[in-house]
Amino acid sequence: MTTKLFGEPVRRREDPRLLTGQGRYLDDLGEGAFEAAFVRSPHAHARIRDIDVSAAIDVDGLVAIYTWEDLPPLLAEPLPLLIPHPALTHGRTATPLARDVVRHVGEPVVMVVARDRYLAEDVCALITVDYELLKPVVGVEEAAQSAHLVHADVPGNVGAHLVQEVRSAAGLGAREAIEAAPHTLAFRLDIERSASMPLEGRGVCARWDADDRSLRVYTSTQTSTSVRMAIAAKLGLPLPKVEVIAPDVGGGFGVKIVHPWPEEVLVPWAAILLGHEVKWTEDRREHFVSSAHERAQTQFVRVGFDDAGRVLGLDVTILHDHGAYTPYGIIVPIITSTQLPGPYKLGAYRVEFSSVYTNTVQVTPYRGAGRPQAVFCMERTMDRIAEHLGADRTAVREANFIQPDEFPYDQGLIFQDGRPLIYDSGDYPGSLRMLKELIGWDSFDRTKELAAAEGRRIGIGVGCYVEGTGVGPYEGGHVQVTSDGRVHVSTGLTSQGQGHETAFAQIAASELGVPLERVSVVTGDTRRFGYAVGTFASRAAVMSGNAIALACRKVREKALRIAAEALEADPGDLEIVDGEVRVVGSPGVAVPLATVAVLSNPLRYAFDAEAGRATQFAGTSSFDRPPVAEGEEPGLEGRDYYSPIRSTFASGMHAAIVETDPLTAEIRILRYAVVHDCGNLINPMIVEGQIHGGVAQGVGGALYERMAYDEHGQLLNASFMDFLMPYATEVPFVETAHLQTPSPLNPLGIKGAGEAGVIPVSAVIASAVEDAEGIRISRMPISPSELFDLRRAAP
Amino acid sequence: MTDIAITLTVNGVVRRVETPGRRLLSDCLRHDLGLTGTHVGCEHGVCGCCTVLLDGEPVRSCLMLAATADGHEITTVEGLAAPDGTLSPVQRAFAECHGLQCGFCTPGFLCTVTALLRDNPAPTDEEVLEGVSGNLCRCTGYQNIVKSVHRAAEIIAEES
Repeated sequence: MTTKLFGEPVRRREDPRLLTGQGRYLDDLGEGAFEAAFVRSPHAHARIRDIDVSAAIDVDGLVAIYTWEDLPPLLAEPLPLLIPHPALTHGRTATPLARDVVRHVGEPVVMVVARDRYLAEDVCALITVDYELLKPVVGVEEAAQSAHLVHADVPGNVGAHLVQEVRSAAGLGAREAIEAAPHTLAFRLDIERSASMPLEGRGVCARWDADDRSLRVYTSTQTSTSVRMAIAAKLGLPLPKVEVIAPDVGGGFGVKIVHPWPEEVLVPWAAILLGHEVKWTEDRREHFVSSAHERAQTQFVRVGFDDAGRVLGLDVTILHDHGAYTPYGIIVPIITSTQLPGPYKLGAYRVEFSSVYTNTVQVTPYRGAGRPQAVFCMERTMDRIAEHLGADRTAVREANFIQPDEFPYDQGLIFQDGRPLIYDSGDYPGSLRMLKELIGWDSFDRTKELAAAEGRRIGIGVGCYVEGTGVGPYEGGHVQVTSDGRVHVSTGLTSQGQGHETAFAQIAASELGVPLERVSVVTGDTRRFGYAVGTFASRAAVMSGNAIALACRKVREKALRIAAEALEADPGDLEIVDGEVRVVGSPGVAVPLATVAVLSNPLRYAFDAEAGRATQFAGTSSFDRPPVAEGEEPGLEGRDYYSPIRSTFASGMHAAIVETDPLTAEIRILRYAVVHDCGNLINPMIVEGQIHGGVAQGVGGALYERMAYDEHGQLLNASFMDFLMPYATEVPFVETAHLQTPSPLNPLGIKGAGEAGVIPVSAVIASAVEDAEGIRISRMPISPSELFDLRRAAP
Repeated sequence: MTDIAITLTVNGVVRRVETPGRRLLSDCLRHDLGLTGTHVGCEHGVCGCCTVLLDGEPVRSCLMLAATADGHEITTVEGLAAPDGTLSPVQRAFAECHGLQCGFCTPGFLCTVTALLRDNPAPTDEEVLEGVSGNLCRCTGYQNIVKSVHRAAEIIAEES
């Protein structure tokens, strides 16, 4: 019997190779390739006066040096602005190598290719760039004051400005609703920068086949299909002559969705020009100063509410730090502003953001993508309301929840996919009940008193979120059963550790009724599947999972049709069990899928014994119709796409108990509880792992991680010695519980899970520290020294 | 720059390499010997991805010059499984407990934990946390890594 695989915690197919050193990450490829290194700007803002390479050209092993002036016209232009939006009136992107002005420390200025990386770096050290220093702009407030400009042609440093407003049922605007409310509060919140920081940085390896005039590029990316199109466009190559493959990728978390990176077009260009394989592997310092960061926002909040804590009007103005360029558009602040209402019914809501340029590394999505900031804002607001009313924090949230019978619920906003923000399903009151029970919310007062009696300070915090997942436009899946009975599944989006090979194999095995071992899955390889969007926004399982299920259903239908003929049965009486098509109730009457695959492909040549059964003299075909009937195709395979009407909305709630040291102000998380709802689970083990990892990144963002820019735009902590990512000793044990409200939008009833864990953590920890200390927390992350200072400043 | 001839015993095999004096042991293992299972995450000794066993002890191969490893024995992730390919108890435990996601930090954890459990076959929770606290993982949140270490200790005990 085929065991049920969908929903089971089956072990990962990826692990055997990754556990034995047989994974293939970018830098494991390209033996014998030339290697590139880059001279990068040491200044945050400067004009390039001269580049002198004379001291460098005699280095043994040097192959080539390129500056902007060497680039062909298409490549010399600014890189694509990937997601244009009408509100992004002043979008700006960099050229692959700096043209006249550098706008952040780390911007690539000169590309060096040499026999190996050591030599390439030797050459870089001998190249002198003469800079005229310009005044740098650092931080959103300095940008907003606009005494100096990051881009001379962007007035006020404002790249984008967007307002969305949802009026109350009575037709009031948010500001009017606040004015009319019994209670009002106004405050400011700040979140600092962090970054995806995968342990494998970016990297590109390009191989030009001069005989075939074709290009193969390996890149550590979250979207190989779109990199392929960008490379073909930038290098003027016919698309079929370019293939792009994401090999094993050592983490992404958002940063690798940006493309094409300068290196992704420069390395292939150099490989073609030099007629030799070229690769570039990003080092850690490069990753800090030349990839992307996220999170930094300043938020000004005004809220009006009634005696029960119901929000009658919420007005939020956001200053969003976009860094030096906007290649990924304004997706991050759009997500912040549209996901801010979370699980709540706000009477009226107005949100306005200005996205400003600064002379720092560009800001693009990092796991959560603007949601941690949104949730920080909404949940801090809920806590302030509770404090003002002297109410329980969970009671205020309950008073505002969308109820289970109110779905689909239209928030009245336009989401990041340009489509209406309509929640599909959820059970927020149920989720909060589970969370309160899990963490022991109602008995915490007593626990706190007991701790206080021992001189200990502990506090409890809560945070709720709704996360739009599975955004379109589409993904596809291809499924082929070969004459050996094996099932080959491919999808275009990529993997960075989410276990897609396992989860997608589970879906295919369940849909087709074959043993898991017979299924293999390929992702992110344009040779196998050319149409895809990419892996981001917790969309892979929803999008490709459903596309693969639909493709399998096509294959299944075809298999039943062919088998019905062979078995002289009605297709409706057939089932596929353990890789065999058989008549329901008569297990003896069966034909293996392998044979069905053979029969599906009428052959002239018998390349093996099985194939002989489908050749023209084997006597299997009818003479009244052509060997491939009208409307049929040879082969037992199917391709289908899943394109959702709109996003599906996962949700969750977290709670934490923290202890703060009365003397040192050290903050320790004693307990961390998660209730999570991502609809039906494909593999609960993998979902749990995603939550654990997300919470750990959230803890980093709440307590440790920040990008320490000085006023000159120098990143002072651009190393793992100074940028503090949590080790095992900093991450609490995560207690989880699952609620499953299936999505009505897709055949599998699933919602995304990849980002969930990280989203509410800063809000939860701020809430808990505030509870422990009785001091308002308005800025995250919070370090012991900052808490110490807050204590001293407290009245 | 003159290359230096060195001899390393890697995963039980004697390997002779001519390498520039400045070449890192991590680069030598990966690019001269083709053992790309040892990964490089920071090149300044913090992340632990490049951890290998040098004469049985965990070291950061990115903080060591290949030339200084001359005459020593090195075990990399490629050398942890039995010669017949059977995964080691630590490798099996990581698979069983979902102790890895992207797998980039995993070889460093496997080498670290292999040495940890050899020296302390039944570590407490605290000892496990301390034992893996020199390795960064950005995917798992460590919970399943800690679980994997305890499970590996169990497997070793069951099989001894």
